[in-house]
Amino acid sequence: MKNAPGISGLILNEPLLWEKGKKGRNGMSVSDSDVPAAPLAEELVGEGPDFPDLSEVDVVRHYTRLSQWNFGVDTGLYPLGSCTMKYNPKINEKHAAAPEITSAHPMLSDEQSQGTLKLMYELQNYLAIITGMDSVSVQPAAGAHGELAGMLIFAAYHKSRGSKRTKILMPDTAHGTNPASAALCGYKPVPVKSGERGILEVELIRELMDEETAGIMITNPNTLGLFEENIREIADIVHEKGGLVYADGANLNAIMGIVDSKKCGIDVLHLNLHKTFSTPHGGGGPGAGPVCVVEELAKFLPAPLVEKDGDKYRLEHNRPESVGRIHGFFGNFGVLVRAYCYILSMGAENLKKVSQYAVLNACYIKEHLKGHLHLAYNRPCMHEAVFTDRFQLEYKVSTLDMAKRLMDCGYHPPTIYFPLVVHGAIMIEPTETECLEDLDTFIEVFKGVVEEAKENPDLLGSSPQRFKVKRLDETRAARNPCLTG
Amino acid sequence: MRYLPHTDEDIQIMMDKIGVASLEEIFPTVPQDCRYQGTMDIPDPYTEWDLNSHMDEIRELMDVKPDYKVLIGAGSYDHHIPTIIPSLTSRSEFLTAYTPYQPEMAQGTLQGLFEYQTLASRLLGVDVANASMYDGASALAEALLMGIRVSRKKTKVAVSRAIHPHYRQVVEAYFRPTEFEVIELPYLPDGKTDLQGLDDIDDLAAVAVQSPNFFGVIEDLQTAGERIHEVGALFVAGFTEPLAFGLLKNPGSQGADIVCGEGQSLGIARSFGGPALGMFGCKDKFLRSMPGRLVGETVDLDGKRGFVLTLSTREQHIRREKATSNICSNQGICTITATMYMAALGGTGLRKLARLNYDKAEYLKAELAKAGAKMTFESAGFNEFVVEFDEDFRPVYDQLVKKKIIAGLELGRFYPELAGKYLFCVTETASREVLDTVVREVKK
Repeated sequence: MKNAPGISGLILNEPLLWEKGKKGRNGMSVSDSDVPAAPLAEELVGEGPDFPDLSEVDVVRHYTRLSQWNFGVDTGLYPLGSCTMKYNPKINEKHAAAPEITSAHPMLSDEQSQGTLKLMYELQNYLAIITGMDSVSVQPAAGAHGELAGMLIFAAYHKSRGSKRTKILMPDTAHGTNPASAALCGYKPVPVKSGERGILEVELIRELMDEETAGIMITNPNTLGLFEENIREIADIVHEKGGLVYADGANLNAIMGIVDSKKCGIDVLHLNLHKTFSTPHGGGGPGAGPVCVVEELAKFLPAPLVEKDGDKYRLEHNRPESVGRIHGFFGNFGVLVRAYCYILSMGAENLKKVSQYAVLNACYIKEHLKGHLHLAYNRPCMHEAVFTDRFQLEYKVSTLDMAKRLMDCGYHPPTIYFPLVVHGAIMIEPTETECLEDLDTFIEVFKGVVEEAKENPDLLGSSPQRFKVKRLDETRAARNPCLTG
Repeated sequence: MRYLPHTDEDIQIMMDKIGVASLEEIFPTVPQDCRYQGTMDIPDPYTEWDLNSHMDEIRELMDVKPDYKVLIGAGSYDHHIPTIIPSLTSRSEFLTAYTPYQPEMAQGTLQGLFEYQTLASRLLGVDVANASMYDGASALAEALLMGIRVSRKKTKVAVSRAIHPHYRQVVEAYFRPTEFEVIELPYLPDGKTDLQGLDDIDDLAAVAVQSPNFFGVIEDLQTAGERIHEVGALFVAGFTEPLAFGLLKNPGSQGADIVCGEGQSLGIARSFGGPALGMFGCKDKFLRSMPGRLVGETVDLDGKRGFVLTLSTREQHIRREKATSNICSNQGICTITATMYMAALGGTGLRKLARLNYDKAEYLKAELAKAGAKMTFESAGFNEFVVEFDEDFRPVYDQLVKKKIIAGLELGRFYPELAGKYLFCVTETASREVLDTVVREVKK
């Protein structure tokens, strides 16, 4: 394909670590002892693990080659819907790696830790301001962990009112972590079908909401990329029956400076710092999932929180109604540093532009690709647009085939087969850090892939061809699990 | 702003294509009563240079500078991290990649995680290890929930008081909304867990013991395992210092059904407690109940070896409310970091390093004892121990701070019964000179 970024390349093979090395090699300095050898009871001594011995060169070559088989945001466009794969600023890496930060021990006294506590305190506040909520805990280590914190808060709230609630309303567009988190607190999910317009309808909520229901878990904008227009009325209905509204903030990138979550009627909201706030995904983590609440629920937040007296910061452990501690220390502090630096680098006006341009980019792609790909909902979208493979089915080409072909063209594919309510879903979220030319090239290439689906479906079926491996046998992996070497 | 490439011209072209006249018009579905009023009250944007200055100020506020010797472990350990590790983990193909759901373009991450699973399972002595949990504390909570799941009908778990106090708090938080009960097991005068009371608890699904425990004491895991299995419960063995298994018998070999703990010592900086690395492994027969991601080996269309995420039917995106956990993001780059560390250190290096930690801690113990201090617990330890002095230690502590040494952690805030006693940690990073300085101050 003419302008596609993906062309060809040399791929070097690299064995597994224990297929390399020689006993006696070493890749790390270990000092000789400057103290006498101490006696140790024989029965305590083990053999030590069977690890290979590798030289420093062995290790560096190994991981350099492994990295070259990967594709990151720095490599190219990564339009994964609901993941917000925006550029990860390098300045944030520098500050997270500062020796004062990396050597900070979490058990030192508050007086000794004023720098790290100040950073946490300010971040707590900035996130409250950005979302419109009142109080924030930065302790959860991931979005799902923030959801757990939210569900624990629901449980604590209802318990404090002597109210036994066993169910929770769960839209059919919910991310899988939502019902899993609810289940951890014993809430049985009550499925709520979205209406024809792809959003929640008020009447159905009114029908389903009762006094045994703890509340509702919504995502706004939802996983179809659509703003839940009825959210205020829905929140009112839930509140009327004594329930709470939880919002999954994974899609915050569409609404900063545009929407006030508290005004929407949301009581508890989690954020994904590794999505909206630019911290790197690291191949699967670490992330951070701060939980934000309205003032009435602040007392339930995980403890400790950072508070300020005059110009001194301290950890407030004395929070008797807190749901408790959910992380060994204060959360993924190194991730918090990156998000803090990002917020300071952007400022209010630029964060609003982030959301405006994220939405602009998605709408632009939608306008160009509709007609070539079937658009799931022909309505205004926010920061992501959802298509399907309906037009390609007659050529026996699926969403998966198109995704694999896009890889050979030099793109990470969009999110596929999610949300579950859309058959063959293709969810495209370009993010605001992609420029117009790169979007135009992507659009051109995707149109080309759509053409190829018609003219040369076998090409898509046998993709990808240009990576270290071709399509992998996932069935075999699950049927005969081989999980260690 | 350098992360926002759109020019006014670009924006105009795009608005024309979409058919709007201003950026206000691209939010037609957001009702007025949900709108943010005014501008967000956060500081004006910092240039890169201003941000550097600002962060200098933050760093200035840290009293304990990087050149201090912090003789505290308590779940966060000071170990040397070789330079190749930050160098390799900063490679953007590792750092800026997503979870490997498109395996053909993520073989770097996937092979890396498979290697981690393998080395971790060898280190802990388990049949299978997952690709990480958030940290040791949440790993313990998930292990106990897994114990409940596996036992099906049982409703209680028992947790040793000698386990890290924060970990026990996290277990309490996870268990609070459930109908399951968490019972605390006391510790004996020798610092080991008292398992006497196990017979009196019926309906016990799982029992958790940490070794080396919070006091640095090496528990008798084999005997503990026998007792626990006798009462029909699952044996969960926790840890906060995995380097110990370079020298001591690993928990898997001592009969543990589930092994879980903190992997921060494996090349991850302390970083005020996070990000960390929850390590988690178990016996084969419990595989399908285990939480967390798993990477498996397979072949591609040409028969070439490759790796994929597998057994996902346990996980939230497939099983939803019936999943073995809600976990989605794990600790990604930290997992790769730990593998790089284990690879660089090697089997031979690990043995030497573990021995070094042990010898150094024993040296300080012996010298402090000679100086009149008393070891609170008689039992053998790895690189941590609890010590008590016949006079108030605080003036000595303060003197040592002036010499840039943080001499231990006072335990009263965690264990009222151990007020005035100090938990010390000595790793390969503390020179003999530093240890002798501590002893000299004590002698005064």
